[in-house]
Amino acid sequence: MSRTMTTLHNMTVAELAQALRAKQVSAVEVATSFLARLGGNPHNAFLDIDSEVTLAQAQASDARLAAGTAGRLEGVPVAHKDVFVTRDFVTTAGSKILTGYRSPFDATLVQKLGASASGGAGMVSLGKLNCDEFAMGSANENSAFGKVTNPWDTARVPGGSSGGSAAAVAARLVPAATGTDTGGSIRQPASFCGITGIKPTYGRASRYGMIAYASSLDQGGPMARSAEDCALLLSAMCGPDLDRDSTSLDVPAEDFTASLNGSIEGLRIGIPKEFFGEGLHADVRAAVDSALREFEKLGAKLVPISLPRTELSIPVYYIIAPAEASSNLSRFDGVKFGHRAKDYTDLVDMYKKTRAEGFGNEVKRRIMTGAYVLSHGYYDAYYLQAQKIRRMIADDFQNAFKECDVIAGPVAPSVAWKLGENAGDPVADYLADIFTLPASLAGLPGMSVPAGFGANGMQGSETEIGKPLPVGLQLIGNYFKEAQLLNAAHRLQQATDFHLRQPEGLQ
Amino acid sequence: MSLTPQDIARIANLARLELQPEESERMLTQINGFFGIVEAMQAVDTTGIEPMAHPVAAIQDITLRLRPDVASEPNQRDLNQRSAPAVEQGLFLVPKVIE
Repeated sequence: MSRTMTTLHNMTVAELAQALRAKQVSAVEVATSFLARLGGNPHNAFLDIDSEVTLAQAQASDARLAAGTAGRLEGVPVAHKDVFVTRDFVTTAGSKILTGYRSPFDATLVQKLGASASGGAGMVSLGKLNCDEFAMGSANENSAFGKVTNPWDTARVPGGSSGGSAAAVAARLVPAATGTDTGGSIRQPASFCGITGIKPTYGRASRYGMIAYASSLDQGGPMARSAEDCALLLSAMCGPDLDRDSTSLDVPAEDFTASLNGSIEGLRIGIPKEFFGEGLHADVRAAVDSALREFEKLGAKLVPISLPRTELSIPVYYIIAPAEASSNLSRFDGVKFGHRAKDYTDLVDMYKKTRAEGFGNEVKRRIMTGAYVLSHGYYDAYYLQAQKIRRMIADDFQNAFKECDVIAGPVAPSVAWKLGENAGDPVADYLADIFTLPASLAGLPGMSVPAGFGANGMQGSETEIGKPLPVGLQLIGNYFKEAQLLNAAHRLQQATDFHLRQPEGLQ
Repeated sequence: MSLTPQDIARIANLARLELQPEESERMLTQINGFFGIVEAMQAVDTTGIEPMAHPVAAIQDITLRLRPDVASEPNQRDLNQRSAPAVEQGLFLVPKVIE
């Protein structure tokens, strides 16, 4: 009981787990302290909070801590992106069409991080986190329940689609959160909010209970303040789920914390020239370059490589993902769950009005694009052609990995942009995904690590005194090399303090 | 190539989306704007390349599993229906389908 309530939110997952296990603080005290920070819903980060549910989970954690049956992360708070279905909290995927939806079951990842009585790590859920509707977006401006703001500058976007997760972790509302990454939705908001996030190899973490957007790309992963914390969560999240997810790979779970401290002397870091072209903002480039120099000081070697089809990733992704989305989202028809239109003439009219009312603009656009590229006469020219180029992009990575062990570059061309800046111009958001899409299409593990701060307002702006805005370094590994990424990121974080900085004025 | 207003109407019907006239118009402009960046894809020679469905197929053969066709879940009718828009006596209600 020696710790004061005000310091708990500054503790890492590793520190909280340790303090709980040593009985310096109880799970109920930790939960109560975090719940108190959620009053007024800072940054609009949360979509559902239920203190009764949270405190009941915390009491169960305390019982297991007392009985000596605690899980590895027993009693440590977590919150889930709202695309993970949960029995005890409302799940909407940020969409009006799922307003008030309560799932009959928990997603596999929710279960794996949750109650240790069901084989989980023992984390206590604080609730559900805002996101772009059905995870479609790069700025968290597409949620039916309002935008999320960036804790570093509330006039700016937190990134997306896991924007609520990133903002909540950055604002110390929760020590760690789940996110999902289809085209960069863990890495880019982690970069914009100055936190650490990792998307594992496609198929390593179960998609069961993750509301599907683009099934061949969607992958869940952790977002936290350090590589060590991400490693702790990811170790609990990975592992086969063969009966429930047909794309789950039979690759055993792994303790990703085991190799965090290994030397990276001699590690070959590939630098793709296509990630450092004209579109990259100078301030982002400067931060990324200095992080790369840190790696050199730690003994790593930088190797020039090429990923020649980087630009093609944009059309390829924005054909494949909408095609899969148009199919996945056909289940939202107003019959068995969610919103149903009030007035309609017949069944088809009910479907059309329900979907027109329930879906937001970006979701409608992607459904339309997807239905078009899958329709008769266009399938070969668009969808099939995109799937073929997807293989070429994946092969490009395998060629590159002959020369290097990991690949590094920027996560995004710029720091977080201003709220509303790209309104009405969806293609502007699509283009900003350029550096995260290639690894998504190839299904490779990728992460974002805080690498410094951008110039914000100091370039060409006369009126603005810039608040510091975080820049993320992207690390991409070969299939199943998550441990190597986390090791490199952890070593960088031992040599730098960017991941320890916090937004100005944060209490 | 460019989509026409007729294409938008046809796809909206296929996708079961009712679009207001101004929405259709905006959609047409935005989707055509997007297809501007798709053109680059058409120039790529993909002769002999297999389409990729599971990304890890880049390094190993991936067969998507089918599970045996047996009920594996417990009956949770009440939980399944608690978020339904219209239910009566354990049944989902929909508008009359057959006249």
